[in-house]
Amino acid sequence: MSLARFVERLLQLIPVLLGVSVIVFAMITLTPGDPVQIMIGDQIVTPEQEAAMRRDLGLDRPIHERFFAFLGNAVQGDFGQSFYHRRPVIDVIKERLPATIELSLVALIIALVTAIPLGVLAAIKRNSFLDRLATVGSLLGVSLPGFWFGILLIMLFAVHLQILPVSGRIGYASEIEPITHLLLIDTLLRGRVDAFFDALSHIIMPAITLGLPMTAILMRVTRTSMLEVMRQDYITFAEAKGLSRQKVLFRHALKNALIPTVSVAAIETGSLLGGNMIVETVFGWPGLGRLVVESIFVRNYPLVQAAVLFYAVTYVMLNFFADILYTILNPRVKL
Amino acid sequence: MSAPTDKTLLQVEGLRTVFETRDGTVCAVDGVDVIVERGECLGVVGESGSGKSVTFNSVMGLVRSPGRIEAGRIMFEGRDLRALNQTEMRAVRGRDIAMTMQDAMTALNPALTVGEQIAEMLEAHDKGLPSGRNARRRAIRAHSVKMLGLVGIASPETRLGQYPHEFSGGMRQRIMIAIALASMPKLLIADEPTTALDVTIQAQVLELITDTRAKLGMSVVLITHDLGVVAEHCDRVMVMYAGQVVEQGRTADVIMRPKHPYTKGLLGSLPRLSLRGQRIEPIEGQVPELIDLPAQCRFYSRCRERGPECLKNIEMRDAGNGQTARCVRVQKELAT
Ligand SMILES: Nc1ncnc2c1ncn2[C@@H]1O[C@H](COP(=O)(O)OP(=O)(O)OP(=O)(O)O)[C@@H](O)[C@H]1O
Ligand SMILES: [Mg+2]
Repeated sequence: MSLARFVERLLQLIPVLLGVSVIVFAMITLTPGDPVQIMIGDQIVTPEQEAAMRRDLGLDRPIHERFFAFLGNAVQGDFGQSFYHRRPVIDVIKERLPATIELSLVALIIALVTAIPLGVLAAIKRNSFLDRLATVGSLLGVSLPGFWFGILLIMLFAVHLQILPVSGRIGYASEIEPITHLLLIDTLLRGRVDAFFDALSHIIMPAITLGLPMTAILMRVTRTSMLEVMRQDYITFAEAKGLSRQKVLFRHALKNALIPTVSVAAIETGSLLGGNMIVETVFGWPGLGRLVVESIFVRNYPLVQAAVLFYAVTYVMLNFFADILYTILNPRVKL
Repeated sequence: MSAPTDKTLLQVEGLRTVFETRDGTVCAVDGVDVIVERGECLGVVGESGSGKSVTFNSVMGLVRSPGRIEAGRIMFEGRDLRALNQTEMRAVRGRDIAMTMQDAMTALNPALTVGEQIAEMLEAHDKGLPSGRNARRRAIRAHSVKMLGLVGIASPETRLGQYPHEFSGGMRQRIMIAIALASMPKLLIADEPTTALDVTIQAQVLELITDTRAKLGMSVVLITHDLGVVAEHCDRVMVMYAGQVVEQGRTADVIMRPKHPYTKGLLGSLPRLSLRGQRIEPIEGQVPELIDLPAQCRFYSRCRERGPECLKNIEMRDAGNGQTARCVRVQKELAT
C-alpha cells in the first residue's frame, strides 16, 4: 500500500468522524425539555453546581457555536464534568478503560484460538459429526443472548460448583500496584503468580461470554473461506507437486483462507467493545460498559456522550485498520 | 491399442471417472485406455468437455469430491498407482509425474512468491541437493533462477521475489512449466500449455519441453487444441470424444488418414501440411450429456456416416499400423 493511498484513506475518515460527533452532540441538544433538569433528576445539587452544569453545556450560546466548542473540547479530551462523580469525564473514563480493554483482548484471544482451528477442522472434515456439531454450536453462539449465557455460567461455575468467583475483576487479597493497568500483565510483572490466577479466574467467564458470538462468527467465516480456498486450482497444483498434506493445508490453503477471518476479526473487535455493556453488568466488571449503563440510569449525559464518541471512533478506526490489514495480507490487492 | 512393452512408462486401462451431480452421475471418463512410451510425446485432442483434463487428473490421483475414479488400472513403471497410499502417491507426484494446469491465471498461489513456489517443489523431491543448510538454500535459489531463465523470464533473480499477480498470463504459464520441469520428472502432463501464449513464446516453450524430453528421456502428454502443435511435436495422438478415446495412432497416420468421422470432422478441410496455429474446427451439433448415455456410438447424432449398425456399443477397431478407432466402418488396411 502506497503512502499516498494510506493518507487518502486516513483523510476519508474525517467526514465519518465529523458525522459521528454531530450525532453525539445532538444527543443533548435535541433532548426535549431542560437537559440540566433532566440530568439532575431527583439528585440533590446546589445552585452553584446547577449553574456550573449550564455553563459546561453552554446552553446560553447559539447552537453552531456550541457544536464547535464541543468539537474543540472533544479533540482536547475535554468532555466536561461528570457531575455524578464530581470529576472530569475523561478521568473517569480513563480509569475504567483498562478493564474493558483487558476483557475485550482476552475475549478476542479466546475467540481466535478456538474459532480458527475449529473452522479449519470443520472444513477439512466437511459433513462429519464434528462439522455438524460445530455448525450447531456456532448457531447457538450467535443466537444465545449474552446475559442469559453469562448467568448460566455464573449459576454453574460460581454458585453450583463454586470454582469461579461470581463477579469483580480481582480479589482484595490480590490487589497490586498497577503498571499497565492490565491486571493479567501487571500481576506477572510484579511476580505475583497467585494474583495472576486470581485475576484469570475473574476474567474467564466474562471473556468467554463476551467472545462467544465472535467465536461463532469467526468459525463460520474460517470454515467457509477454507472450503472455498480448497477448491481453487492452486491447491490442486500444490498437490500435483507432491507436497505434504501439512504444506498444502497450512502453507497454501490457510494462508489464503485466513485473509477474510482476520478482516472480520478486526471489524468484530468493534462490536466486542460495544457488546460488553451487558456482559460487564452481568459480571460486575468495573469497565467502561458498566459505567455507561450506570451513567444512562443517572442521566450522566456528558459521560454517555464521551463514551459513545469513544465507541464510534474506535469502531471506525478498527474498520480502517481491518482494511489496511486486508491489503497487507493480500498481495493481490494493489492500492 | 498396442500392447505394453518394457518401453511403456504409463499404461492406463479401462479408466472410468464419474462425478455425482444433482442431475445424476456424470461419466466424464468412460473406459479410457492410454499408453505412453518412455521418451515419447503423446498428443491429446478433443472438444471442450471431452474428458482430457479429468483423464490425466485421474492419473495424478487428483480427482476431488464429488468426483471419483470408479474403475481402471493406472500402471506407472509397473506399479498400480491406484493401489498406492497417500504418502506413496505424493512421492510419485511432482517427482515422477509432474503436471501443469490448464488455467495459468488460477494455478499459482496468490499469497506465495514465485520463488517460494519453485523452491518447495525442489525441497519436496530433493534431487541431488547439498546437505548443508546454506548450501542447500543457495542451490535451490540457483536452480530456480536457472529454471525461470530457461522458460524465458527476464531478470529471474528479481522475479523470484515477486507474487503471481505481478506476471502476465503467459508468464505464469511459463512459470508453471518451470516448476513442473524443476524436479526433472519422468513424465510431464502439460494441460494446454501454450493456449495463453503468443506464437514466439509458444514455440520457445514447446522447444524447451522437447529439449528437456530429449535430455532427460522424459515422456510428455500434451493436451492441446492446436493441431499444428500435435503435428509438429507429438509422436502419437489420441482423440477423445464424450469421455471416450475415439481414435489413436501415430500422428502422421491419424492426420493423413483419419478413420473416425469425428477426427475427420476435427481436421475438416484444413490444409494438412500447414496445420500450425489451426484450432480444432467446430463440428455441427453438441456433445451429448454424459449422464445415462444410451448403448450406441456417442457421436451418432452428429455423424455424417451414421447408420442403424451404429446403435450399439462400439469397440475400438484395429485399422492397422497401430492405429485404432471406435467406428464400425473401420477396417484393417494392409500394412504399407
Ligand atoms: N467437478 C465436476 N463436477 C461435475 N462434472 C465435472 C466436474 N469436473 C469435470 N466434470 C465433467 O467432466 C467432463 C470433462 O471435463 P474435462 O475438464 O476433462 O474436459 P476437457 O476435455 O479437459 O475440456 P477442455 O478442453 O475445456 O479443458 C465435463 O464435461 C464435465 O461435465
Ligand atoms: Mg481441460
